[in-house]
Amino acid sequence: MDLTLTPTEEEFRDEARSWIEANHPGPRPEGDEAGFDFLRRWQRKLNERGWAGLTWPVEYGGAGATLVEMAIFYEELARAGAPRMANTLGLTMGGPTVIAHGTDAQKERYLAPILSADEIWCQGFSEPQSGSDLASLRTKAVRKGGEWIVTGQKVWTTMAHQSKWCMLVARTDPEAPKHRGLTYFLMDMEQDEVEVRPLRQITGEAEFNELFMEEARIPHDNIVGGENNGWRVAITTLMHERAGLAFALQVEVQVALRQVIERAKELGVDGDPVIRQRLAQLQIEAQVLRLNAFRGLTGMQKRGEPGPEGSIGKWHWADVNQALSEVALDLAGPAGVLGEEPWAYRFLRARANSIEGGTTEILKNIVAERVLGLPRG
Amino acid sequence: MNFDLSEDQQEIRRTARELLAARYRWEEVRRLALEEERAFTDEQWEEMVSLGWPELAVPEEQGGQGLGTVEQAVIAEELGYACVPTPLDSTWAAARLLAAAGEASRLADGRRGSVAQVDEGSTALSSLTDFDVRFEEGRLHGVKVAVPDAASADLLVVTAAGGRHVLVEAGAEGLSVEPTPALDPTRRLFTVRLDGVPGEELPSADWERAWLAIAVFTAGESVGVAQRAMEMAVAYAKDRKQFERPIGSYQAVSHACAQMLLETEGARSAVLWAAWALDHEPETARLAASVAKAYASDAGRRVPASALQVHGGIGFTWEHDLHFLLKRGQGNARMYGDARWHRDRIAEAVL
Repeated sequence: MDLTLTPTEEEFRDEARSWIEANHPGPRPEGDEAGFDFLRRWQRKLNERGWAGLTWPVEYGGAGATLVEMAIFYEELARAGAPRMANTLGLTMGGPTVIAHGTDAQKERYLAPILSADEIWCQGFSEPQSGSDLASLRTKAVRKGGEWIVTGQKVWTTMAHQSKWCMLVARTDPEAPKHRGLTYFLMDMEQDEVEVRPLRQITGEAEFNELFMEEARIPHDNIVGGENNGWRVAITTLMHERAGLAFALQVEVQVALRQVIERAKELGVDGDPVIRQRLAQLQIEAQVLRLNAFRGLTGMQKRGEPGPEGSIGKWHWADVNQALSEVALDLAGPAGVLGEEPWAYRFLRARANSIEGGTTEILKNIVAERVLGLPRG
Repeated sequence: MNFDLSEDQQEIRRTARELLAARYRWEEVRRLALEEERAFTDEQWEEMVSLGWPELAVPEEQGGQGLGTVEQAVIAEELGYACVPTPLDSTWAAARLLAAAGEASRLADGRRGSVAQVDEGSTALSSLTDFDVRFEEGRLHGVKVAVPDAASADLLVVTAAGGRHVLVEAGAEGLSVEPTPALDPTRRLFTVRLDGVPGEELPSADWERAWLAIAVFTAGESVGVAQRAMEMAVAYAKDRKQFERPIGSYQAVSHACAQMLLETEGARSAVLWAAWALDHEPETARLAASVAKAYASDAGRRVPASALQVHGGIGFTWEHDLHFLLKRGQGNARMYGDARWHRDRIAEAVL
């Protein structure tokens, strides 16, 4: 056990802290477009410093940071209350997948614009009939000369309307067993055969989209990781999503908790014994979330994969973030349901936490089967 | 940064796990808990003394082993895992306070200690150091309840008004120690009446750090309790068949087991952090210790309760061993600050 930082890590922390302080973009402006431009500018600034692709190898424009440095960086962002970057999916999933499975030409073509946020990425995995059972997906791609013709529908496609590229998994061999007939494509969103329809959520806004492909075209060269190898490539993507995001998410909880505590003080309910107990419990859960994430890092460093605590992070985060937004709403008492209540949106948005990126039920199945060795249902 | 036990610490864990598994099979735990008056034997205590466990975390200059709180939490976890009835943790608590005052040698040669903390009639600990028992003109007046292993202790550390810590030798004039029935049969509890008992006040010291260390190793015990209960539930869920399938293949059962893992691992992370902070990062230790004790107290109660549900009817029987863990977890949760009390401290720190 040694939770101290090495002198190099301390130096990195100090540098990150002072840089973030000097370059903090301030509060995010209202509105979808303005908000997105703000995040894009913030990412560009980080990229100029080499920190957009913090853990990417240096040869691909990253900073080649260690896992501990990544953790330090996220903690510093949290401390400063700085926002996340615009191209989240490109940075945490698309880029790492291209680095792991892509050809040299693909690395040359795609990586730099991900870092600069010139090209935003989205993810075309889930379908109306294929949620948790992702491998049952039906969107099909048929080869015609040097191209693949794609027809089908995707849902829950975050930021599709802003995106240039879609990480699309489609069925290329309908005869093969369901996990073996899938291929991972990079689909250009700028074509008439791809239609993006905003999907209105319970929050009233349309952060997600539905994606309709009617004979959309993808060049053969845009396959990542080989024909019919899409399941394996997609799993890499999901693992990157869970490992990288787990850290970012626990940091967001810490930021949110500070805001909830401030709100409790503003409203003058910080002396209420029940509220105090609930805020303390959130503080405990947020710390445990953070500690598990750090323990997971040690596991990654030692064994190349997270330990048992690593499989828990995303589901625990969903529980904590939902509890946090519920407490936040309760702070205002009867006024919590009024339209101007600042936490109403976050309360509603948090309901998706236990669904997006793997439902809590699927994650519990994974823990039960792979960590505890319980028989499959 | 290394958020894992070192080689040496893992070796300590392995040794403790093997030794305790050999000495404290369930039949022995049951015998000690239900039949042995003090809940331990002289031989068992002497073996722990020969291993140097009672003075494990006592500084070397006071005659101890000079190991850290992490090592102590690791052994505590194994005590909880094996559900060992022993006066070791009571002695550890007394040793922590004595060591803070530079007086740990009072427990040399295998002497046992205990701490009388809880005032009669109190439903919460008001603070770590402020109590109703009075110490006037060298004598203690008042009543302490739920004092662990008091009858087998050679000395007691009694907390008194004004944040004073007073040493009392067993058999002192005016001291009465009465056994009380307790929910947890693996730990003997006593009511201690102090009717003008002569005592020796310990010199003022960093009591808070000592109290936090006591809370943290107790939390460590609860991690072991949770771990054992989870393992029993998982083993049973693989083995037990209903409707021609192992019950662990039903999500209602397997998800309950997954939740046990979340709480057990979370408690372990928190305890390791707090134990490390106590020795290396005093500025975080206050928060860390309260996070650890609160979270592990809850996990140590909830995981065995959920494990009992997984076992169904058999888990509710006297002859099944699970109830010892359920009761131990409930007992640990209440000692040295319960979850509610530690949450109050956390609220004070962050609000």
